[in-house]
Amino acid sequence: MSDGNGAGTQGTEATPARPGPQDAQDAQGTAQAEESWSISWPLVAERARTGITVAGQGLVLLAVAVTGLVVSFLTLAVVVLPGPGLVAYGSGRNHANAGLALALALPVFIVGLFVASQLLPAIRQLASTTRRLSTRWCGVPIADPYLPRPGAGGEDVGLGRRLTWRLADPATWRDLLWALVNGCVGAVLAALPAGLLVAGFLGLFAPYASLGLRLVFIAAAVLEVWTSPWLLRGYGYFAHSLLAPTRQAELALRVRQLAETRTEALDTKAAEIRRIERDLHDGAQARLVAMGMTLDAAGQIIDTNPEAARALLYEARDASVKALAELRALVRGIHPPVLADRGLADAIHALALDTPMRIHLASDLHGRPPAPVESAAYFAVSELLANVSKHAEARETWIDIRYTDGMLRIGVTDNGHGGADPSRGTGLHGIERRLAAFDGILAISSPPGGPTAVTMEIPCELSLPKTSFS
Amino acid sequence: MRVVIAEDLFLLRDGLTRMLQAHGLEITAAVDNGADLLAAVAKDQPDVAIVDVRLPPTFTDEGIRAALAARKTTPGLPVLVLSQYVEQLYARELLASGSGGIGYLLKDRVFDSAQFVDAVRRVAAGGTAMDPEVIARLLARNTDNASVGALSPREREVLALMAEGRSNAAIAQRLVITERAVAKHTASIFIKLDLQPSDDDNRRVLAVLAYLEG
Repeated sequence: MSDGNGAGTQGTEATPARPGPQDAQDAQGTAQAEESWSISWPLVAERARTGITVAGQGLVLLAVAVTGLVVSFLTLAVVVLPGPGLVAYGSGRNHANAGLALALALPVFIVGLFVASQLLPAIRQLASTTRRLSTRWCGVPIADPYLPRPGAGGEDVGLGRRLTWRLADPATWRDLLWALVNGCVGAVLAALPAGLLVAGFLGLFAPYASLGLRLVFIAAAVLEVWTSPWLLRGYGYFAHSLLAPTRQAELALRVRQLAETRTEALDTKAAEIRRIERDLHDGAQARLVAMGMTLDAAGQIIDTNPEAARALLYEARDASVKALAELRALVRGIHPPVLADRGLADAIHALALDTPMRIHLASDLHGRPPAPVESAAYFAVSELLANVSKHAEARETWIDIRYTDGMLRIGVTDNGHGGADPSRGTGLHGIERRLAAFDGILAISSPPGGPTAVTMEIPCELSLPKTSFS
Repeated sequence: MRVVIAEDLFLLRDGLTRMLQAHGLEITAAVDNGADLLAAVAKDQPDVAIVDVRLPPTFTDEGIRAALAARKTTPGLPVLVLSQYVEQLYARELLASGSGGIGYLLKDRVFDSAQFVDAVRRVAAGGTAMDPEVIARLLARNTDNASVGALSPREREVLALMAEGRSNAAIAQRLVITERAVAKHTASIFIKLDLQPSDDDNRRVLAVLAYLEG
């Protein structure tokens, strides 16, 4: 994910939360809100700086657009020119090698297709770059519209499937169309800020120009400086029109994602139920059977050997204590009692009390999330704390629970040595998958040397808080 | 001794009643919910109330809340809370509800009726009865604590039993040592943990618990 703000552009405010498209838009919004109509020199200087930055960014976008145009022309050219060219050449009556040309036409055409298909990734790369830049610089976030890459699960995928994956994706063809249109229209839009500035320079310094022309040119530069925040935004909207996922692509992605998370959620549940069944079977159930047999033995000898019978009875009692302890541990793993009793905040408080580490808990949760969300959030925090105890060598951990804008946010930060990698450990990945079932996400920042900050977000509704008794 | 019991499961309520009666305690009321408990406490003025954590109508922590409410209306009312599981969170809330006369035990402890009745009497007398599991978890929390780490294994055993609320005599009996030895261990513990020594058993327990809760 991008770092939210372009290098030294509108990024004066630090966005504390997870950087993302929404933040980029907010940053742009703030920049606009600061605008005022009274003349103030710092503001003018600020505007001039922004104007120059915008012109530079426009030039970068221009470079991307021109590259895209070249590559897309090349792509079309290698398909359209050599093969059909040979056919045209061979069809001419008077050529000596007409037959050879015709015979070569098909293989050359196929090679052309192959070369073109190899150029498609470059176009996709350029389109993706434009999307990122639009998000960062133009304040118009554009999501990726592509079908998921085959073999993301780790299996080996042949060239054929990779090729079909690209060719069958409507987004590929929209990218190509984009590259062509952007090379003409987009290039003009992108070059506009720089062009207006250059006009201003010409107006100031060009020899032999009439005063009127100079004034018009200078006015152009002033216009650029004054409207620069909106100039790039215009380009962003233009890019959005072709590069953003179509409604259909969005829905297709959503369906695919829902199917995946549903399957995973069901698999996890099924595995959990199997584990519980096994634990009951090998634990409490077995102990109850043993208890029954011990009690029966006691009953048989109680008249002949009361002392031995008494020993057996005590044995049965101890077995019942062990069975109860096992059932307690099992219940804790299924649904912790405090979570059922008091809800998420108190359950995490209870968890913190049982963790041999100093934990600072801040909770701002008025009401209870739906039970499945509570449970997922609880076990996620539990797993994170276990990770911290096991790997981070942290002495303190801060847990922050809050609910804002329909989103349950939980932050877990430790002062350990960092270096946590979600792609390596199965724990973090497991949490991520469990949260995905609720459209929840997990973001992690863990530079070597620490600290490690994990943020979870789960969209959900809160039910009204329970009235308290005490 | 007069006892009020609040337990919603008939079998357990009946069993508790008979067991306590067998040990010569008088059961003035055996109710199955929090509201009736408050009424019975107000009417009978018992020496101790034994309360299950899960009671109707919510079957969550009704019992804890009823116990806290009862201690608010009848300050100093000794309450022994029973539960299928013990939580430090609830132990803290109970301990914070007033000094002394508080117990928090797993239901399993009922199996050893002599020990259990001893705990009931202790709580009724204004003492403390914390479940060994609560104490074990409290101690686990303090593994990194240098002062606790400085205790000898024997001292740690004494500390755990003391935190449960047992008297020196009971600790001596449990560890099969003399009472004088226990007194020596407790003195050493109080020095190592830098706690104010106290002859009052209950104040001593609360100081230790407060220390471990950190």
